[in-house]
Amino acid sequence: MEYALALVVLLAIAALVVSGPLRRREAPGPGEAPGAGEAAGPREAGLAAGADRRAELEAAKQAKYREIRDAELDFRMGKLSEADFQATDRELRAQTIAIVRELDGSRPR
Amino acid sequence: MSAVGSACLVVGLACALYAAAAALYGAHAGDERYVLSARRAIYALAGLAVLAMGLLELAYLRSDFSLALVAESSSTTTPVFYKLTAVWSTQAGSLLLWVLLLSLFASAVLHATRGRHREIVPYATAVLGGIGAFFLALLIFYAHPFETLASPPAEGSGLNPLLRHPAMMIHPPMLYTGYVGFSIPFAFAVGALVTRNTGADWIRSTRRFALIAWTFLGAGILLGALWSFAELGWGGYWAWDPVENASLMPWLTGTAFLHSIMLQERRGMLRVWNVSLIVATFVLALLGTFLVRSGILESIHAFGASTLGTPFVVFIAVVIGGSVALILSRLPDLRSQARLDSLVSREAVFLLNNLALVGLCFVILWGTFFPLISEALTGVERSVGPPWFDRYTTPLALVLVLLSGVGPLLTWRRATLASIRRVLLVPVAMAVLALAALLALTRAAESVPSLIMFCLAAFVVTVTVQELWRGAAARRAASGEAWPRALAGLVARNRRRYGGYLVHAGIAVLLLGVAASSAFTERRDVRLSPGQTARVGDYTVAYRQPTATVLDDTTGTGAPITLGAVLEVRRGDERFTLTPSRNYYGGAGGAEAGVIGRFFEGEATSEVGMRWGLGQDVWTAVRPDLRALEDPIREADRRFERADGRVQALILAALAERYRRDPAPAAFRLQVAPLVAWIWIGGGIVMLGALTALWPSAGARARRVRSLATARPQTHAATESTI
Repeated sequence: MEYALALVVLLAIAALVVSGPLRRREAPGPGEAPGAGEAAGPREAGLAAGADRRAELEAAKQAKYREIRDAELDFRMGKLSEADFQATDRELRAQTIAIVRELDGSRPR
Repeated sequence: MSAVGSACLVVGLACALYAAAAALYGAHAGDERYVLSARRAIYALAGLAVLAMGLLELAYLRSDFSLALVAESSSTTTPVFYKLTAVWSTQAGSLLLWVLLLSLFASAVLHATRGRHREIVPYATAVLGGIGAFFLALLIFYAHPFETLASPPAEGSGLNPLLRHPAMMIHPPMLYTGYVGFSIPFAFAVGALVTRNTGADWIRSTRRFALIAWTFLGAGILLGALWSFAELGWGGYWAWDPVENASLMPWLTGTAFLHSIMLQERRGMLRVWNVSLIVATFVLALLGTFLVRSGILESIHAFGASTLGTPFVVFIAVVIGGSVALILSRLPDLRSQARLDSLVSREAVFLLNNLALVGLCFVILWGTFFPLISEALTGVERSVGPPWFDRYTTPLALVLVLLSGVGPLLTWRRATLASIRRVLLVPVAMAVLALAALLALTRAAESVPSLIMFCLAAFVVTVTVQELWRGAAARRAASGEAWPRALAGLVARNRRRYGGYLVHAGIAVLLLGVAASSAFTERRDVRLSPGQTARVGDYTVAYRQPTATVLDDTTGTGAPITLGAVLEVRRGDERFTLTPSRNYYGGAGGAEAGVIGRFFEGEATSEVGMRWGLGQDVWTAVRPDLRALEDPIREADRRFERADGRVQALILAALAERYRRDPAPAAFRLQVAPLVAWIWIGGGIVMLGALTALWPSAGARARRVRSLATARPQTHAATESTI
């Protein structure tokens, strides 16, 4: 009996928590606070995917910045020749610019 | 309590299954609400796992012997610390710990990625839900932690005395955190493969989890070694035991993974290798859990032969089969975006390091499963011992230490000979200097592998110091900062890089301790009577007097009887006392064991008498000879058959007094082990390096908050515009 009662109560609480998003047919309420890219239904999928892509590009941009810093540090420490540093730096900056351009282009107008 | 606990498991299983199904449906139908609902199911699972574990801990604290688990692994006399930690000494308790950690890790990663990886996350959620469901099914159908006894005993069996050591109680959660943590990058790798998002995005989001898992697994392995050294009474810290090996293997492949993902992040290389490595690491983590719980291989750590073998084997087979099929089906998407520019580059060193790590893992895997392989092929079970492992692992370990020193010196893409000469000069000079000093001043030449390891350790530590020095100098030149500020700023701004270098230095120091203690430990097994002496190394050990106490175990393990010895140790003017002892815990008492005899017929553990030192550890263990007590014990059993606890205590006190007055010669193991302390110090440096690499920079934290803050209103606005 105790087991059945515990099962019903816990199941009810879990169902309440889990079904929250499904009960909302429209936008998430103020307490829901989904992250970027988490829209309430299929219609918002495109916009959410855009936000998702922006977050990925932002992470990629930061990773490129880190690579540029690393190359610069290696150069200053004498591990990289001037010519190699210039070539690497040029390539990394070009990649970063491409990411930044895509990032700018993906922002909602 | 048991009813609520059982209900938690059942509802937890429902949540895990729902999470998997809803996430898959959400991904298939493109309906984000189901994905969000699946995430909440994982959160709910975490809540239920916390509640179940809390209830179980409460049962242990209250010594509720109506629960079979509490009755079999605790007692009213078990100290509170061991009551709280006894739960993971049991099969059901450790599986519940798996579920708890998995649900917490899964909740953390799903929360952290709530605004990202829209395509990958549903599949990762499904994988995590599936893993959770498997372990919950094991708990419900094979090893129920809330199983009750029809007639609860008045007293429990108590915790296995071998486990009554602080390191051993912290070791399992550490190890399990490591095992479970690797399920996060595994789940995201599967998600990335399914959705063909095979770039570096999934790596960036789960690298931190992989590093956390690696750090905890490493700490767990180290604590296990410490426990072995201080508790098991054989004098070593690593025995190539199957369960030890099982924990080392995922750590090795995890190490390879943490290195090789840098190549994917920076150059888009090694995509197939990286997903294969994380699959292998997760499978090896499952194997580690399986080995410790299945009892299929003989091990001092295998605390229970059980019925879990078949479901575990099936699950592991499904994971391997599914992953391999997925990787094969995605090979066109996993093509490298770049090629190796030069063999003299950091990429090349990483490739070699990966080969050495995986080779090492394969050697250990082969040696560990050799008994099963030989039995399957020949019908006779044969095992390979430590010499076999040493023969094959030592060269690979040497190569790895060398590479960990060379790697930081080289740059990405290519390095010029001039720059290599410049950065190699000081580290190589230090290694040569170390070689000369060792040859001139020590007998290190007696073990060539150890000698090479000492020189390589000098090389790696010098590389690390040089990197910090040169980096700080470069920063100083640019900013004019003072040395301490430049150094702190350098590390703070490049945490991953310098955290990694610290790890390299820590590993080198750790292996220096391993090399020295493996090759140059002096050990003697002797029988001594009070007043007699023995020599070990440069030390003279005198057995001064026996000790015997009742209900006065100074190590706090709750042992009723402790017999030991006072040893006086001398080397020149140096003089100190060691007090090794042996704790007797008593058994449940079979028909043949009397009320007093049962105290001596149960488990007994060594409490080592040891003097730690940076140069060497003097380590002693004693095994008292109880033959002189056998007649009095038999007599007491016969005469005091119905004695209550108070009378039993008096009799034990009398026996202890008798042992003190007239002890038989005791067996001692005496050992002088050089540089063992450096194993623990090296481990500490590794942990410090890992924490440095893990610690988020202020800039990263701010960026994360900013990106979430700016993303939210956009989503809300987008949603509102459709209303």
